[in-house]
Amino acid sequence: MLLLALDTSTSAITVALHDGDRVLAQATTLDARAHGERLAPGIQQVLAQAGATPTELTHVVCGLGPGPFTGLRVGIVTARVLAFTTGAALHGMCSLDALAADGPTGEILVATDARRKEVYWARYAVSPGSVRALTPAAVDRPADLPEQVRALPTLGRGPLLYPELFPAPVGILDVSAAALAGLAVRRLAAGAPLSDHEPLYLRRPDAAPHIVTKSALG
Amino acid sequence: MNDEPLVLGIETSCDETGIGIVRGSTLLVDAVASSVDEHARFGGVVPEVASRAHLEAMVPTLERACRDAGVALRDIDAVAVTAGPGLAGALLVGVAAAKALAVGLGKPIYGVNHLAAHVAVDVLEHGPLPEPTMALLVSGGHSSLLLVPDVTGDVRPLGATIDDAAGEAFDKVARVLGLPFPGGPHIDRVAREGDRVAIDFPRGLTTGRDLDRYRFDFSFSGLKTAVSRWVQVRQAAGESVPVADVAASFQEAVVDVLTRKAVAACRDQGVDDLLIGGGVAANSRLRALAQERCDRAGIRLRVPRPGLCTDNGAMVAALGAQFVARGRTPSLLDLPADSSMPVTSVQA
Repeated sequence: MLLLALDTSTSAITVALHDGDRVLAQATTLDARAHGERLAPGIQQVLAQAGATPTELTHVVCGLGPGPFTGLRVGIVTARVLAFTTGAALHGMCSLDALAADGPTGEILVATDARRKEVYWARYAVSPGSVRALTPAAVDRPADLPEQVRALPTLGRGPLLYPELFPAPVGILDVSAAALAGLAVRRLAAGAPLSDHEPLYLRRPDAAPHIVTKSALG
Repeated sequence: MNDEPLVLGIETSCDETGIGIVRGSTLLVDAVASSVDEHARFGGVVPEVASRAHLEAMVPTLERACRDAGVALRDIDAVAVTAGPGLAGALLVGVAAAKALAVGLGKPIYGVNHLAAHVAVDVLEHGPLPEPTMALLVSGGHSSLLLVPDVTGDVRPLGATIDDAAGEAFDKVARVLGLPFPGGPHIDRVAREGDRVAIDFPRGLTTGRDLDRYRFDFSFSGLKTAVSRWVQVRQAAGESVPVADVAASFQEAVVDVLTRKAVAACRDQGVDDLLIGGGVAANSRLRALAQERCDRAGIRLRVPRPGLCTDNGAMVAALGAQFVARGRTPSLLDLPADSSMPVTSVQA
């Protein structure tokens, strides 16, 4: 197995290569505005570090968000085209799952920056070897989350942005492709279906159908 | 023949997902998936809707292009992609896809300028470009006059719109006349039944001091407002609006200015070849009047067929192939999408 994992749903542009036993190489750049620039060089870098060629890839796993749309699409289109080009199997996974896999065990909260004063969030039960979502990924104003949920150990940038509302930060802010790769390997071994690779937008495009024509008669 | 480079081009600067494959200056395939129908109810292109559509269309369009051309991806010599100008989020989908192809295939990538690609596409239809060529590019996003000594490295802007693009004016006037989006083809059709001298709509930046200051620039915003006013005055008086005459007279005002300035630019620069590209180049009256005026001025006119005038991947591939043929250094893998890429930078 040679599995390439990548995620662009947070401020991290993150790529990792996994052989089924361990992470062979990883590359992460922190820059919320350079997903389009940094992702492809990151892929090239991990392949070179591991001495692998793209045609040796067996799996490509992509974080599907939720996350800011423009950056998110960079990762998903990259994964889709890379899989199409190399013949590797294409898989997708909720990016919040990858964050949850990077934290402590027990019941936890993942809350990431959804901009517009909102967070993307989900609640998880994490045990050694298992990451289980207790709620589907959602987008809400942080104050609208129940207080006992906000009090859970929290991963993501939510606590950094709204410290008064998330009192228990874990300190892990962004997705790590190494965690995404590890979780994907475990889930694939367990026979979990990861075939869906549609983006998790959770919001509709901002646009209103055109109705009124402005009068030019002032 | 097979020594010529096999180049795949990707275009996503607006609402068309285009994948083209060329061998040198021979077009093998031009696959386009358009999201125009999704934008119609909004009366214009919605950037987020376009970006989402590009993501969904990318792999299916790639697949269709390869199949229809009978090309295996591994045989591609280089990948070219529109790096700008255009809608930022839309461009980024194409640029990321092109990089994934380049990395996956281990082949060079060329980030190219959308406007230069609109010029370069004509090599696929009418052969090598005379150097220099004068180019008039008119679409929903651009209205530019370019002096092109070398489409792979030397493109000089002489003028551009100072407000709306010509295609944008067509869309807005179509809306005023109750015609569907995109307005260009509908106005063209309706105008055939109308009188193009029925209403004397204004010709922007064509007189006096405007002409001194904005010699080769365009302005269509005032024209659009004049059409709106003219229609609303009739409506307010309870009169019926002669839609065909309004369409024909508006269209005449646009193409009159475009062709007049294009021919003037050729004369001014001593250039004997004019190329018209961009979506508005599909307009039948623009083609006819440009031909008439070029014939009179002794200028040779080139206009690609309509399918190559609108946004497409073949034009990007065509320009990429010329980069390869001239031995240009490929772009770097961290090349950015640049929504306001100046036309003077032909390569990213």
